[in-house]
Amino acid sequence: MGGLDLSFFDLEMLRKFVLQGFFFSVQLTVVATLGGIVLGTVLALMRLSGRVWLMVPAQVYVNGMRSIPLVMVILWFFLLIPFLIGRSIGAEISAVITFVAFEAAYFSEIMRAGIQSIPRGQVMAGQAMGMTYAQNMRLIILPQAFRNMLPVLLTQTIILFQDTSLVYAIGAYDLLKGFVTAGKIYGRPEEAYLLAAGVYFVICWALSTLVRQLQARIAIVR
Amino acid sequence: MTLDWQVFLEDDGSGRTYLEWLIDAWGWTLAVAGAAWVVALVCGALIGTLRTLPNSPVLSRLANAWVELFRNIPLLVQIFLWYFVLPKIFPFLQQVPGYLLVVLALGFFTSARIAEQVRAGIQSLPRGQRYAALAVGFTTWQSYRYVLLPMAFRIIWPPLTSESMNLLKNSSVAFAVSIAELTMYAMQVQEETSRGIEVYLVVTALYAVSAFTVNRVMAWVERRLQIPGFIVAGQTGAGH
Repeated sequence: MGGLDLSFFDLEMLRKFVLQGFFFSVQLTVVATLGGIVLGTVLALMRLSGRVWLMVPAQVYVNGMRSIPLVMVILWFFLLIPFLIGRSIGAEISAVITFVAFEAAYFSEIMRAGIQSIPRGQVMAGQAMGMTYAQNMRLIILPQAFRNMLPVLLTQTIILFQDTSLVYAIGAYDLLKGFVTAGKIYGRPEEAYLLAAGVYFVICWALSTLVRQLQARIAIVR
Repeated sequence: MTLDWQVFLEDDGSGRTYLEWLIDAWGWTLAVAGAAWVVALVCGALIGTLRTLPNSPVLSRLANAWVELFRNIPLLVQIFLWYFVLPKIFPFLQQVPGYLLVVLALGFFTSARIAEQVRAGIQSLPRGQRYAALAVGFTTWQSYRYVLLPMAFRIIWPPLTSESMNLLKNSSVAFAVSIAELTMYAMQVQEETSRGIEVYLVVTALYAVSAFTVNRVMAWVERRLQIPGFIVAGQTGAGH
């Protein structure tokens, strides 16, 4: 390949620059997925509650988040959090809060579809057995909804992992930033971008292959 | 805290006001997203169709590879690849303006998603449609042109609508290679004027207005394309 020199790519370079960023990207993905699913489920339950004072705020929140680019949301939180709490927090913590809040909107749409995919008879059966709303949700509806939506939730997690690269906008030290920093120090920025692309591709491709297999297995069970 | 909207009437140091710059930036966002939409739709329809061709394992495998390649690398990294890496490997790309490279990056990234929808749309058609087309003597090209694709596109129009809105939002990533679009504007003017909240509010509103407009236009087209009596169900899936 014309003009590319990948010789700086070795374990030493990975350990020194990339590893820390990789861990942050994974951490961000895991926290945002778990937090996003919990918050998203609450939002979904609010939207399905039938009570206007719960439905409207949830709807405004979800539709609002979904109509703004993620980069703008990242910038907004980075600007507003220090403003609200009166002191600055690092780009990394700001990114974690942003991603939980942002992904909750997307996860809530998935959970809403999952809850709506459960036949009404299941809800009624739960009620007929004398279950409260909370028991019905926790023991009957949500486990099934979660299981039905597992492939979509995992696909969203892969997208989320790719999106973590956007913390570039506020300079948080993630996987991409690790490669970019290494590229700068070794004077090989183009090669660093290429390597970053390779690493992201391998991770995301492996994960999406796993999700496909899982999907096929779930499809047989049902 | 008081909001100070006067900031938009101030001079940005080059003889234009921040308001004029804002309009320019909005124009860049729409130009990038619009051009990328055309690239994405053409490539997506082509690649998605190739994946459903009967008896062409090589072509459909190539199309599958296309989708996997563009779907599994973050958009930001893809933009860096087009903007920095490819011109280094292929020197003739150094003459191509950065705007076009970003359009290609965004267009190809989105084409993989659209290809996936087109494939799903074609495969959701009853098998009889394809056979009927062959039975009346259509070639493969004709059966796609006159029977399969017109039906498939009507089916995938709702997810195509949200993908078009995603494309508009994703155009914000072009800030990373200094395309003078809305997000770039927001970051730069925030730094120059320290009026972040006012600037972000306006930029966010413009994104929301643009996305809403895309949504309405696509809905209008959907109604125009509708065939009476032909019911189309929506889809739910992951995405941004």
